[in-house]
Order: sequence, then structure tokens, then C-alpha cells
Amino acid sequence: MEYVFDIASWLLLIAGGVFVFIGGVGALRMPDFYMRMHAASLTDTLGTILVLLGIALQAGLSLAAIKLAAIMVFLLLTSPTAAYALANAARLSGLAPERRIADEGGT
Amino acid sequence: MEFLGLYNYWVFAILLMTGLYAVISCANLIKKLIGMTIFQAAVFLLYISMDKVEGGTAPIIQADTAGQIYSNPLPQVLILTAIVVGIATLSLGLAIVVRISETYGTIEEDQIRTMDEE
Amino acid sequence: MVTLFGVFLLTLLVITAIGIMRAQHLFVAVMLSGIFSLQMAAIFFILDAADVALTEAAVGAGVATVLMLGALALTDDRERGPKRHRWAPVAVVTLTTLMVIYATFDKPRLGDPSAPVHQHVAPWYLEETPRLIDVPNVVTAILASFRGYDTLGELFVIFTAGIGVLFLLTNPSKEGALSLLRSAEAEGLRHHLVPRIVGRLVVPFIVLFGLYVQFHGDYGPGGGFQAGALISAGFILYALLEGEGRALQVTPVRLLRGMIAGGALLFVGVGLAGMLLGGNFLDYSILADSPIAGQHLGILLVELGVGFTVTGTLLTVFHAFAAREQRS
Repeated sequence: MEYVFDIASWLLLIAGGVFVFIGGVGALRMPDFYMRMHAASLTDTLGTILVLLGIALQAGLSLAAIKLAAIMVFLLLTSPTAAYALANAARLSGLAPERRIADEGGT
Repeated sequence: MEFLGLYNYWVFAILLMTGLYAVISCANLIKKLIGMTIFQAAVFLLYISMDKVEGGTAPIIQADTAGQIYSNPLPQVLILTAIVVGIATLSLGLAIVVRISETYGTIEEDQIRTMDEE
Repeated sequence: MVTLFGVFLLTLLVITAIGIMRAQHLFVAVMLSGIFSLQMAAIFFILDAADVALTEAAVGAGVATVLMLGALALTDDRERGPKRHRWAPVAVVTLTTLMVIYATFDKPRLGDPSAPVHQHVAPWYLEETPRLIDVPNVVTAILASFRGYDTLGELFVIFTAGIGVLFLLTNPSKEGALSLLRSAEAEGLRHHLVPRIVGRLVVPFIVLFGLYVQFHGDYGPGGGFQAGALISAGFILYALLEGEGRALQVTPVRLLRGMIAGGALLFVGVGLAGMLLGGNFLDYSILADSPIAGQHLGILLVELGVGFTVTGTLLTVFHAFAAREQRS
């Protein structure tokens, strides 16, 4: 039973790390501000929650797990709000999304 | 291994000098203040690096462990004080910069100096 | 493994510092300095300094960023002027870096238990704290009791900084303050729905957590400074979301000034109570029946005083910057 928890927590931690890495690559490589922010914020929230779940499995059922659950709820509330506030601020200060004409080859 | 044992102190040296360079050679007053905070942070890093003991843990004495090695609590107390004093200094410095900006209209040091000499 | 993580974070720290130096736009420099403080907090935690990590995260990454942004809103946004590289500062700085790096080769390696810094007073503190004060968090015991005099001095430094900012940035006219409360710019972010709702959900928990950190400072990382920074961060969030006028109704200016002075008065009062009851200044052992109970009471009151003053000062400084903006 210990092994199952261990392996599950390892998988969650690695998955969380992979998601944050993808978010980082997206934040660097995307061409437009809104696309970059989209990449960074979504993957950040998910990656952090997966990492916290992995650590909570390692902690077992104890006070530390309850504290981690509280942090998870807090992050789930505030991280998307921060992304919204960032996008809203960019929109209000006049940064418009790039318009790209879709490539109509073939149709 | 010597590299890893001394890396903290080398980073301290580089940060110290980055902060110092910002303070002495940036003309913008707010950049100078930010350089000052980097300088202070480097000093904090030096003190806290000195307090780590191999195999130690944070100096919070749990009742049921005996023979546990603790890291040195004394530099932590000094740096706790220093952090709060640092932000007090920063807030006062920012207030002075705001007043300078209202009086002179600029926060570039060389422009302020030419205005003073007129 | 932890060492590798530490090395990675330290490298990131240097890169962030160089990024701050080279940023032309001051807004970018301020945001990077917030990230810098967060990395410092992570490094402090790896180096077993839990209290210091909490303080650096709350004060450096939280309140300092807000204050710098407030100052930026009142002054220029961009670093103007040509970027001249003057060679004398670069030469001096490089020379000093090389000298400091050369000097570090004499230092004991990181984590060496036989370093001189671990020999004299620190083992005494670690052994005597359970016997004399019986508080699990040794850092709080040293801060509030063994070296309480230093903490008193630091409290007065914060007090002086608050008074200094009030001298520099207060609106002198009465009707300026009243019109400020009614002006349209005192609306804050009221027309942004999502941050307002989430902020309203989150602010009570921030203040509650600040109170937890204040009173739990004896048993875990915490204490007056961290709690003051956290509670003032909660109220600053409220002020940013609901507008300056509303925030000044929730925490009126008289209350904030009373908190600044009251905290310092509480600390000095505990010291004087020790003197009046027959002991020395800041002697907590005679405040209650047994020395250990006296120490507990003394530490509680003293940390409370510190928490009051830090909260009052940080909020006063923030409102001083925010109110100035409304006027200009």
C-alpha cells in the first residue's frame, strides 16, 4: 500500500513539473502577449495543484495535508484571478490581440 | 565539492557588487533605491548562509526529539530585524524621491544637479 | 539534491539581479525585484531559516513591491537619459568583486558544524531556551526575550520611518482629504467584478492568517513582524480593490496613528512594568507567578506591540502614497 501511494505521488509530481515546464516554454515562444499569458497561467495553476497533490500524498493524513489542501484552495481561487487581472489591465491600456488572417490554402 | 561549499559566498559577492554598481552609477533615483535593496539582500544571504549546519533543521525545538541538530538561530534574529529596517528605509527613501520629483519635475540625478546649479 | 536546488536558485538570483540592473522600464525593474525577493525567500527556507523566509516573502515580495509601484505612479515610469557606461565604477566594482571572492576562500564551507559562528553563544541559546523560557521557536525567544533590547530599537526605527513618511507626504488641507473621499478616482477597481469578488473572499482569510501567525509565533515560524506585514497586505488589497475612500473608512487615519504609537508604548510599557515590579528594564520573569509564565506573558505582549506598530506603519505609508496620487 505504501508503494502505491509513493508511485502515485511521484507520478503527480512529475506531471506537475512537466506542466510547469510546458508553461514556461509557451511563455517564451508564443508570439503574442495574450497567447503567452494564456500559456503561462493555465499550466501554472494546474501544475501547482498537481505538485501539491503529490506532496499531500507523501504527507499522509495529517495536519500538513489539511494545510496543503487550504493552500490548494487558495491557489485555485487567486491564480486565475491574477491572470484575469493581467489580461484586463492589458486590454484597458490598449494592447490589442494580433489579428492573424487564417491561411485559406486548400479550401 | 569546494565549489558547492562556497557557491553561496560567490553569489553574495556578485549580488553585492551588482547592487553597489546600481547605487553608484545609475542616474535614476528609483533605480538607485532598487540597487540598495539588492545590496541589502546580498548581505542577508551572507548571514543566513553562515547559519546552516550540515544535517540540521530549523531551530524550532520539538518536544519529542532528542539529539536533533539545529541550525544556528542567531543570524536569523539579526536578519529578521534587518529586513524590516530595510523596508522602513525603502519607504522613507521613496517618499523623499516623490517629493523631489514634485519639486524638480524629474528624477534623473544629473538633471537635478544642473537645475540646482542654475 | 537539496544542494543542487540551492545552486539553481542562486544562479537564478544572479540572473534576476542583472535583469533588474539592465531594465530601462522601471515597472519591469520593480516586478523583477518582487521576483527577486521571492527567490530570496525560497533560498532562506532551504538554508533552514523559516522565520526569515516568511518575513522576506511577506515584506519583500508583498509590501515593498506595492510601495515601489505607488512611488512609480507618482513619478516617472521610465529611466531616461543616455545609458553611459562610466569605466571608473565598473573597474572599482570588478576589482572589489574579485577581492571579495578571493577572501571567501578562507571561509568555512557551507554547513560546517565546527565553524566559529556555531561555537560561542548559539549552543547556549539552543540549550537554555527550553529551560529558561520553554518556547519551541528559539528565534522568537531570542528576538523577544534574550535580545529584546535590539527589538525595541528596531521598533523605534519603524516608528521613525512612519513618522518621516507622514511628515513628507501628508495632505495639509482638510478639504483636500474630504474631496478625496468623494472623488471618482477613489473608486479603486470597483468596476472590475472578478478581482473584487475574489478579493472579498480572500481578505478575511488573509487577516485571519496574519492573526494566526502573530499568536503562533512561539510554536512555529511567525511573530510580530510577519503578522504585521500580512495583516497590512490584507488591508492594502482591500484598499486597492474598493478604493481609497472606502479603505480610509474601514481603517481611519486616527486608528492607524494610534496603532503606530500604541505598539511602541506597549513594548516600552512592558519594560517599565518590569522595572516597577522590582526587576530590570525588560525583565519578563517577574511579570507573573513563575519565571516561565512571566516570560510567556512578556513575549506575548511584546510581539503584540511589534505587530501593532508594523501594521500601522505599513498601512500609513501606503495610504500616504495613495492619497498623494489622488491630489496630483
